[in-house]
Amino acid sequence: MATLQETIAKICPTATVAEVDGAPMITVDDAHWHELAKALRDNGDLAMDYLVTIAGFDHVDTMGCVYYLMSTAHNTNLAVTVNATGDREKPFIHSVADLWAVAGLYEREVYDFYGIIFIGNPDMRRLFLSIDWEGYPLRKDYDCSPEANPVPADNERQSDFTTTWVENPDGTVEAKQVEVFSPQDFVVNIGPQHPATHGVLRFRTAVDGETIKKIDVYMGYIHRGIEKLCEQQGYPQTLHYLDRMDYFSAQNYHHGLCMLYERAAGIEISRRAQVIRVMMDELSRIASHCLFMGTFCMDLGATSMLFYTLRVREQILDIMERTCGARMTFNYDCIGGVMQDLDSNFQHDVKELLKVLPANIKEYKKVFVGNVIARNRMEGVGILSREDAISYGVTGPNGRASGWACDIRKWRPYSIYSELDFEEVIRTEGDAMARFKVRLDEIEQSARILEQLVDNIPEGEHLVKVPKLFKLPAGQWFQLCEGCRGVFGMHLESDGGTKPARLKFATPSMPAAGVVDHLTRGEKIADLITIGGSMDYIVPDMDR
Amino acid sequence: MEVTAQGVPYEAFKDNEYIESLVKELQENGTNVVVGSLDKLINWGRSNSLWPLTFATSCCGIEFVSLGAARYDMARFGWEVARSSPRQADFIMVAGTIVHRMAPVLRRLYDQMAEPKYVIATGACAVSGGPFRNSYHVVKGVDQIIPVDVYLPGCPPRPEAMIYSIMQLSRKVKVERFFGGVNRQQKQADFLREHPVEGVNDAADFNTDGRQAPVSDKQ
Repeated sequence: MATLQETIAKICPTATVAEVDGAPMITVDDAHWHELAKALRDNGDLAMDYLVTIAGFDHVDTMGCVYYLMSTAHNTNLAVTVNATGDREKPFIHSVADLWAVAGLYEREVYDFYGIIFIGNPDMRRLFLSIDWEGYPLRKDYDCSPEANPVPADNERQSDFTTTWVENPDGTVEAKQVEVFSPQDFVVNIGPQHPATHGVLRFRTAVDGETIKKIDVYMGYIHRGIEKLCEQQGYPQTLHYLDRMDYFSAQNYHHGLCMLYERAAGIEISRRAQVIRVMMDELSRIASHCLFMGTFCMDLGATSMLFYTLRVREQILDIMERTCGARMTFNYDCIGGVMQDLDSNFQHDVKELLKVLPANIKEYKKVFVGNVIARNRMEGVGILSREDAISYGVTGPNGRASGWACDIRKWRPYSIYSELDFEEVIRTEGDAMARFKVRLDEIEQSARILEQLVDNIPEGEHLVKVPKLFKLPAGQWFQLCEGCRGVFGMHLESDGGTKPARLKFATPSMPAAGVVDHLTRGEKIADLITIGGSMDYIVPDMDR
Repeated sequence: MEVTAQGVPYEAFKDNEYIESLVKELQENGTNVVVGSLDKLINWGRSNSLWPLTFATSCCGIEFVSLGAARYDMARFGWEVARSSPRQADFIMVAGTIVHRMAPVLRRLYDQMAEPKYVIATGACAVSGGPFRNSYHVVKGVDQIIPVDVYLPGCPPRPEAMIYSIMQLSRKVKVERFFGGVNRQQKQADFLREHPVEGVNDAADFNTDGRQAPVSDKQ
């Protein structure tokens, strides 16, 4: 803390530090922001090398961003609030895209939602919405009516140019047009309707023969405006959107958001509810990794693997269904506990699953991991170094395959994870095979957690009574949890009402898609499918 | 006329007023014996090998994957040949939310499919916008963009429900008139006239009889 104060005082004496939600919250003006950011990252005692997310805000009189930073070396975190300069027409903030690689993408998102222009960002285009979109949807004065932006009948207008804003020495800011691809580039369009992009994601790929020169990732083909919808709903009503973001991590995301609300409202939940939540999280993780293996192998041409892995997934879905009543959108965790008590056969079913799992994992290894074709296609393909993984914010099994211990269950234990005995699976190769193997091994670790809990579900209430409409005190909170695909961050801003003033979800899929360009440069175009598949991004999760 | 789907007794399925009215309409003027018999034969083949387009935007698509796997096994019905190219597919399961940016893409996919083609609006989002109906970027039902044959509610619909919906579609296929009915062929000139592209004058490329003009005539 002392180093932090010193660093700030040296760079910007006017900046203030307050304690918000257990972590320092620095408020700094835009002029000193870039310098401070560089110091926060490079100072060895602070080493804020991981940018979790950038959450824009619109307080009507001011606009700006909250940056959440974490240090992988010191296990500390802090937040920085930067207010934009300029009027509502053209608010400006200096970009930090040169410091954290993932910032470029996050800043484009803030620009898309709030219209805040980042000076120095090399690619200041809209991210989710088309270039002809009227207005910035997350601003408080945005016109949501369908008349303002009707459903387009024609194909979307496209530009091969992007804008970058540069600051002149006299302080004026000027827009410059930059080409995305050079006129000599041969650009192939992959997606949005393509079976190997795992949903509606689009890559504009510049190729030289079979070698990839550059990929321009187009998102937004399933952007549903969840963050804006959340601002129109009461707190308990916002939960169900999380089922539909990353539909494999539905339980994990629910768990995270419920924890956030419970912490903000000061609600204690029973031990039984916590155990149930963790068990459901781990069951989800196994099901999710199983489906990843199936679809990934199918992308590589091994269709039969899908049938083997979905066999286990169906068994887990049966367990879920008996308790939650649904196969996919469970809506099970709720504020104060879980919606329903466990099914009477739950323990028996989980034990049956644990019995068949080892044989299945052995089979997957035999069928696929040892397969010479699979090894040739996956080993050494798409190598991501640890530094790049942190800079690009690639978390979850992808980050752990690059040697970054980024499992929030171990890093920042929540719920009852600190009492459980399990290992964080880490590999150092960083290639597609490592990402595959990490997931395979994580299934074993999740099974270990289930084994410890299945006979130790304490008696008690599964749900604490919470009113359907409740108010949270004004303030800001930030919560992290481990989804099946990595770190899931939630930023909540309350103005004291029954609805969130701002709810921002930082999902693991977006950085995973953002790093594809970096990973595929110089690789063959056939490896794009391997690399993209091994990142295991879920498109509704990145688009929200 | 009795419309059975894969050996399920007609009585068990007699809950679809739309099919009943369609059958009634088609039988109003009677059918030629030869053409009618050929229709029946062709429709028998068509209804038992409906090929879906591999198209999914979100959660419903995962249930569609489950439908293809061993447990629900849509291969039993002849639907397992999921095509990645719209030119080879018979129907689209619009599985998932369609947003503004995706709408023209879906429309183009539909246009690229060969006649006869069908659409199943799968899940609450495709039917009406579902939980995202109030969003600024979501299409409130795909029937605003393309014609829909079967609406399948659910969020997401269970694989059993998906089976039921495709069975309803195959019932519809069975009662249609193929010759002179759904097997219509559109001339390229007509298609281009109906789908104008800004800045491109397609009419100049075609003579009045719909044949493509010789290259030398072009400006």
